[in-house]
Amino acid sequence: MVQTPAPFEYERATSVEGAIAALGQHGSDARIIAGGHSLLPMMKLRLANPEYLIDINDLDELSYIREEAGEIRIGALTRHVELLESALLARHYPVFADAERVIADPVVRNRGTIGGSLCQADAAEDLSAVCSALKAKVVIRGADGERVVAMDKFHIGPYMTAVGDGEMLTEVRLPLRSGAGSAHEKVERRAGDWAIAAASAAVWIDGGTIAEAGLALSAVGPTTIHVTRAEELLRGSSPSEELFAQAGEIASADCSPVPDGRGPVDYKRHLAGVLAKRALRRATARALHQEA
Amino acid sequence: MELHLTINGERVTRDVEPRQLLVHYIRDTPGLTGTHWGCDTSNCGACVVLMDGKPVKSCTILAAMAEGHEIRTVESLERDGQLDPVQMGFHELHALHCGFCTPGMMMTARALLDENPNPTDQEIRVAISGGICRCTGYKNIVAAIRWAAEHEATTRQEV
Repeated sequence: MVQTPAPFEYERATSVEGAIAALGQHGSDARIIAGGHSLLPMMKLRLANPEYLIDINDLDELSYIREEAGEIRIGALTRHVELLESALLARHYPVFADAERVIADPVVRNRGTIGGSLCQADAAEDLSAVCSALKAKVVIRGADGERVVAMDKFHIGPYMTAVGDGEMLTEVRLPLRSGAGSAHEKVERRAGDWAIAAASAAVWIDGGTIAEAGLALSAVGPTTIHVTRAEELLRGSSPSEELFAQAGEIASADCSPVPDGRGPVDYKRHLAGVLAKRALRRATARALHQEA
Repeated sequence: MELHLTINGERVTRDVEPRQLLVHYIRDTPGLTGTHWGCDTSNCGACVVLMDGKPVKSCTILAAMAEGHEIRTVESLERDGQLDPVQMGFHELHALHCGFCTPGMMMTARALLDENPNPTDQEIRVAISGGICRCTGYKNIVAAIRWAAEHEATTRQEV
């Protein structure tokens, strides 16, 4: 069987403004293509049928990881390999390297981008959980300017985001606060596969107390799961094994996995809880510089 | 649309549909069927070529997206009748059975050694983890890439 996408028109954008103008002109028939490692497989399967593709790979201005205004700002076209190798991210948010090491394989990571990963809005995708746990915000640009959207408002359903017709995601912003620790834990059937379940955790510790916490799960619900009840429990508490175990129990209870080839529901719930606990434990050890 | 791709240093011009995948553009070029078309889902790595020196899966890139970039395929490894050390390593250590994964494995190995001339076995294993050898000959592939690394180091010392 030949797998080739249905016909479409192709345009290479030479500026962000040009890409947005083309999106505006073609409405819901148009899609941005960056790495293409989610979109092209969807197009081969006819799950996505854009009639107009706007290639943004030449837009170097969307490829960066930098510290600015108390945040780390990541351009939408930044590739997985760059996230994996970033010293700035490793210093502040090692959760990125944790996740990137287990996202697909090195060859795919040469192409796939953070913007594409988030916009694909696949519940099993890892970076969406990472960005949710870190309380990231994304910048969405359209013809009328920019708006900044928090991660918990970004994914509005399976494969659906807050990005509207004529708009594109241009940047991911991670708030910088002192006392941060973060980690990502994933179990997969084989190297490079999608998660059976994965958990991203972030804590910000101030004077021995968890001042702020983020916990998000991949692959155990219709969208990335923000475990807000666990975050509330963690906030203001002193870190301890008992606390992490309680947070893990909440993660198990608050996810909604479906049975499939990767396992039954009770197994996935159990796994989500264990991974949440481990991610919180490692995030805390990193925040306290106690990691072995 | 008319595309002008640079493949192995040569300009290849052809009129294709925008939906044509890079792997097919390459394989439709006379003399360039060494790049293999495998799973078509970016899982198997048989179609790996170098794009600006980095290994990429050509089944999941549109030919149109490759315009303006340097594409290198397995045919570029041999130069003036001299095999690349990676090819010599695969030959010396019998790193292929059926040979289907071989072009992708060798191009991935070439890119690894260009970036990291002395990789550990673990680094080699991670580098080729995007390739599937259905004959399961991974052990010899890793040994062949290490052989290539050692051979290249010797060659450089001699020069």
